[in-house]
Amino acid sequence: MSLMLENLSRTVDGVDYVRDANLTFEAGSFNVLLGRTLAGKTSMMRLMAGLDKPTEGRVLYNGEDVTGQSVQRRNISMIYQQFINYPTLSVYENIASPLRLAKMPPPEIDRRVRETASMLQIEPLLKRYPLELSGGQQQRTAMARALVKDATLILFDEPLVNLDYKLREELRAELRDLFRERQCIAVYATTEANEALALGGTTTLLHEGRVVQNGPVMDVYRAPVNTLAAQLFSEPPMNIIRGRVTDTEVTFDEHTHHELTQELAKLPPGDYWFGIRPSHITLAPGVGDDLEMSMEVALSEISGSETFMHVENSHFEMVLQLMGVHQHHTGAPLKIYLPMSKLFVFDGNEQLVHTPSRISGGAG
Amino acid sequence: MDKIPDNRAWWLVLPVFLLVAFSALIPLMTVVNYSVQDIFGPGQAYYVGTEWFKEVLTDERLQASLIRQFAFSGAVLLIQIPLGIGVALMMPKSGIKGSLCLILVAIPLLIPWNVVGTIWQIFARGDIGLFGWAINEIGIDYNYTGDTVDAWLTVLLMDVWHWTPLVALLCYSGLRAIPEAFYQAAEIDRASKWAVFRYIQLPRLKSVLIIAVLLRFMDSFMIYIEPFVLTGGGPGSSTTFLSQTLTTMAIGQFDLGRAAAFSLIYFLIVLLISWLFFTAITHADKEK
Amino acid sequence: MAEIQLKSLAHSYSASPSGPDDYAIRQLDHVWHKGGAYALLGPSGCGKSTMLNIISGLVQPSEGEVLFDGKRVNELSPRDRNIAQVFQFPVVYDSMTVYENLAFPLKNNKVPAAKIKTRVQEIAEVLEIEDKLDKKARNLTADEKQKVSMGRGLVREDVSAILFDEPLTVIDPQLKWKLRRKLKQIHEQFDITMVYVTHDQLEASTFADKIAVMYDGQVVQFGTPTELFEAPNHTFVGYFIGSPGMNIVEVEKCQGAVRFGSVEIRLAPWQLDRLVDMKSNNIKIGIRPEFIEIVPAKSDDTYEAEVRDVEDLGTYKIVTVQLGDQTMKVRQDEEFNASIGSQVNLLFPGQWLMLYADEYLVQEQQ
Repeated sequence: MSLMLENLSRTVDGVDYVRDANLTFEAGSFNVLLGRTLAGKTSMMRLMAGLDKPTEGRVLYNGEDVTGQSVQRRNISMIYQQFINYPTLSVYENIASPLRLAKMPPPEIDRRVRETASMLQIEPLLKRYPLELSGGQQQRTAMARALVKDATLILFDEPLVNLDYKLREELRAELRDLFRERQCIAVYATTEANEALALGGTTTLLHEGRVVQNGPVMDVYRAPVNTLAAQLFSEPPMNIIRGRVTDTEVTFDEHTHHELTQELAKLPPGDYWFGIRPSHITLAPGVGDDLEMSMEVALSEISGSETFMHVENSHFEMVLQLMGVHQHHTGAPLKIYLPMSKLFVFDGNEQLVHTPSRISGGAG
Repeated sequence: MDKIPDNRAWWLVLPVFLLVAFSALIPLMTVVNYSVQDIFGPGQAYYVGTEWFKEVLTDERLQASLIRQFAFSGAVLLIQIPLGIGVALMMPKSGIKGSLCLILVAIPLLIPWNVVGTIWQIFARGDIGLFGWAINEIGIDYNYTGDTVDAWLTVLLMDVWHWTPLVALLCYSGLRAIPEAFYQAAEIDRASKWAVFRYIQLPRLKSVLIIAVLLRFMDSFMIYIEPFVLTGGGPGSSTTFLSQTLTTMAIGQFDLGRAAAFSLIYFLIVLLISWLFFTAITHADKEK
Repeated sequence: MAEIQLKSLAHSYSASPSGPDDYAIRQLDHVWHKGGAYALLGPSGCGKSTMLNIISGLVQPSEGEVLFDGKRVNELSPRDRNIAQVFQFPVVYDSMTVYENLAFPLKNNKVPAAKIKTRVQEIAEVLEIEDKLDKKARNLTADEKQKVSMGRGLVREDVSAILFDEPLTVIDPQLKWKLRRKLKQIHEQFDITMVYVTHDQLEASTFADKIAVMYDGQVVQFGTPTELFEAPNHTFVGYFIGSPGMNIVEVEKCQGAVRFGSVEIRLAPWQLDRLVDMKSNNIKIGIRPEFIEIVPAKSDDTYEAEVRDVEDLGTYKIVTVQLGDQTMKVRQDEEFNASIGSQVNLLFPGQWLMLYADEYLVQEQQ
């Protein structure tokens, strides 16, 4: 069982919603579509589901062309941002509704509804009505309805975005476990890199309707093909600065330069983009080679266990991800240290040419 | 958004096509047909071109009734729209009081037109009618069957009584649709009652007011039964409005050609003015 | 600007509350000091919006007093309290231009026209919407509309406080931090008392110097972001702040330690002392995933646990371990490696192991 998108495009009034997508989704896989708002995540899902017709290309299901087939004939479930339930039906009837439509015998319906409800921990709520439930419970009900019918393709369109972040954390962990044993294709759209990392599986990076990169989540994370992929798949986005490699050193601006490290010495001289993850920058020099930069604090964002510090100077703007609470006033001067060994290097066309050596994985 | 095309859906629209054809197009074509012919009897029709239209447009009786009609519709809008908004603003927002109010306000709308005419015919009489008697009693000389002004005021009052509730109900639903946050924000911004009305309620009532104005204009412009029952168009022809003139022409004098031409002009006027209202209101505060 | 005090405040939306469950706010005493930047943090339904509306006067509390600078204001309407409030969904007067929107509260206060003009200009510059002043408010994007809503609060020079009710809900994720930064700047520049309601710990800690965590109609802790993280005063704060939340385990007393299942956890001497004269049986221990150490060598201070799951989150890893009959989360850096099913030695540093009785933190007596 597999779902294949072949040269799939969708253009509406001259605007590319999806451009030339070639992707394969295998049964039993969990696939995350990661991209900003309007990246084409929803459009792609609608094409997979058959809710929209592609302008070009084909959708193949087990090798069979289903491009023109209507949604009703495919076995698909979809879960949306909004909590969509039938308000006049009890939670039990909400979950049972797709099975009733399929004319399943009542004892079988009952068994499945209870099984799914207990999986999503809403069994005590079966007699209640959607509007009497909290947001998290409503979304669990909607998910139960989608999961109960053994769909071959389940589409999640940012299902957790309207929930408190604590609930998000819990449901995300549950989802991961739920799909471990299932044989269906799950596709999950999100704008948050952290959610993609937490969910695992395969990640497809989308930007302005195009597939930027696709592969197992850690491969994509560790070896982003270009600067765009690097920034999309990092929350906060990877810091990217311009620099020039000469025979002896690498220069970022008149104050910021460093002699070539063993790894960087392999690069032919020229202009490059250097990327560093916010979590790799430190406020104290480390053990290896560091690039020192003088910055000013723009804002400290504190999540509790960590701080996202936005810093800037006349040339650069960067974000640091620091453990613990670091409160600094806006405008306070600050020295930051970039470990040379953690630099990603992209060429003049912003394509990846070097990943930090410690991590194995395909560079280039 | 283009879906999977399935042209069979067009069959579902067919009944509506047929309905529109029978209810509007075919009768209208009959009228158009009459308006360009002179008919003496079955099979004796002669083509007269625009003759009837010319005649109708220069007919003084019709002109007078057209002016009267405009005056009436204008007065109806000027009174009923502000009054309706006012009533809606005063109605309780929710609860049992709100429901009671809704029912009370809606009652006049449920009464058939000819009954409304009859009610007022009796209600406004100076001898046995409560209203007419009371007015005379407080020293004002009032007789709607004899005095032009009194007749006009009575017709107007009857229409206000009958139809202001419609405007009020429309506005009420419009007001209910305004999120509470706007009132809260306004209160925090220390807005006066008037400012709340002018900058929050009125702009958000715009779409229902368009409907209210259009409905009230069209309805009042075609008013027939109530004044016919109440005053019979008198005294003299002071409350004879367009549709009554038309009916007299078509049925009373059996002047079908003129009546048809007149009907078409009538129809075009309603259409034109409705369109004018609509565009004027919708374009009123478009960004330059 | 004012100090806002809430005195034995309680509120129920039902006219005749029959039990504590009918209360959205239960018995609450709290002070927001002059000029502070505060956050009110809690899950949905914890009563935080109710508290905000009680401060602004949109809701009348069933019991207790609201004091501004020591003066009772319960009876005053929002307009007389001089409070500005920014709502979750941007409220703009859509028939007006941005300029008219910003001028509206000043006009209502009969401020002279010339003064209005300079003030609106000034605030528009701060909010970076000066090029939008002539636009109709309805044609703005969501974040611009929210800036206008904030602007209406900021233009008034006489406001006692500005209240924010989850103001960034409808803002695009990429724009959120810019608006947060703007808010912070505005606070530093104008020095107004600001109270910010949110369910997002990141927003709360970023904006506020001090955070009140609300749970079940009560403020369970009022402290700096560091205090909330390092010494949660209530198990709920431990759970709610931090991602993942604190590991909290129910334990029973035993000789010289506490115990769950067959695992005995050693406590600090003062914690044991406090435990002796404690009547409650609801005893819990808590330790944050960030503070549990995984050490190579087994010792008297370590506990042996089994690795159940390793979640790679890119910049760090979350390791789920089983200790006795309990699972715990441990945060490790990205280099950490352990196979599922293997045994690891956990170390709970004494300073980070918290003891809770009846859900509240047991503190060392001075």
